[in-house]
Amino acid sequence: MLLIHCPYCKSDLPELEFANAGEAHLVRPADMSDMSDADFADYFFVRDNPKGVNLERWRHAHGCGRFFNAVRDTVSDKFLKVYPAGEPRPSDAEVKALLEAQAEGRKDGGSGA
Amino acid sequence: MAKTARALPNEGQDFAATGVTITPCQPATRVSLRGKVANYARIAGFKLPGEINETTGDKGCHALMLGPDEWLVINTKKTDADLMPGPNVKAYTATDISHRNTGWTVSGPLAETALAVGCPRDLRLEAFPVGACARTIFGKAEVVLLRTSKTSFRVECWRSFAPYTFGLLKEGARDAAL
Repeated sequence: MLLIHCPYCKSDLPELEFANAGEAHLVRPADMSDMSDADFADYFFVRDNPKGVNLERWRHAHGCGRFFNAVRDTVSDKFLKVYPAGEPRPSDAEVKALLEAQAEGRKDGGSGA
Repeated sequence: MAKTARALPNEGQDFAATGVTITPCQPATRVSLRGKVANYARIAGFKLPGEINETTGDKGCHALMLGPDEWLVINTKKTDADLMPGPNVKAYTATDISHRNTGWTVSGPLAETALAVGCPRDLRLEAFPVGACARTIFGKAEVVLLRTSKTSFRVECWRSFAPYTFGLLKEGARDAAL
């Protein structure tokens, strides 16, 4: 089973305890009434779904109950990094370094099964 | 006047198989705490744990830390009124959930194996020592596990999940020796 590292429980725990909660780092617009319908639809419905690195929200639903963010590679299904909600988005350079670390087989941050 | 008897969700749910015994837990007072709980130690009678998945207390009086700001207090000796703080507490919230949960004691040399039928967590003694607790999943039901000794666990779930959880515990106990 895939083990996911929970940054609050500080251990690798079974996937069944976790729930994916969609894309991370979406910013809620300050004044929605001023937005055009197209812009609102874009914010509300449209999500990136790249093959490869995704920044996602996860929730340790059947555990500590907390939301956190994760960098996950959808090609390998490995978690490259997990970090508490509220921390800044990892920079492109950091993501690149995580990917390189994965390619070299090093374990960094989160864990994959 | 009509008389009614108290019906417990885990009433009569005893089961024994090779190496595993399941017995229903007695009714207990349970309080869910959220927030900054340092002052609650006075009411609990002992210090609350400071790390997730740790517990304090013993023999029927336990405080379990389930999340970064969440604790579950289980006490078989004190009443709901004893364990609820007064109305002037501002640092934390306390909710009486005594009647929401029910529980069983799963014990015996194969208790770990019986629980592993539905629980994906690593429950070996190295990873889940005596005194450890966890909110996790058992089959499709959310449960709170508390290891009370090398060979015995307290399993708590919400009362509406009791028939399902006990059914799966029985399956686990039956299969553990196979």
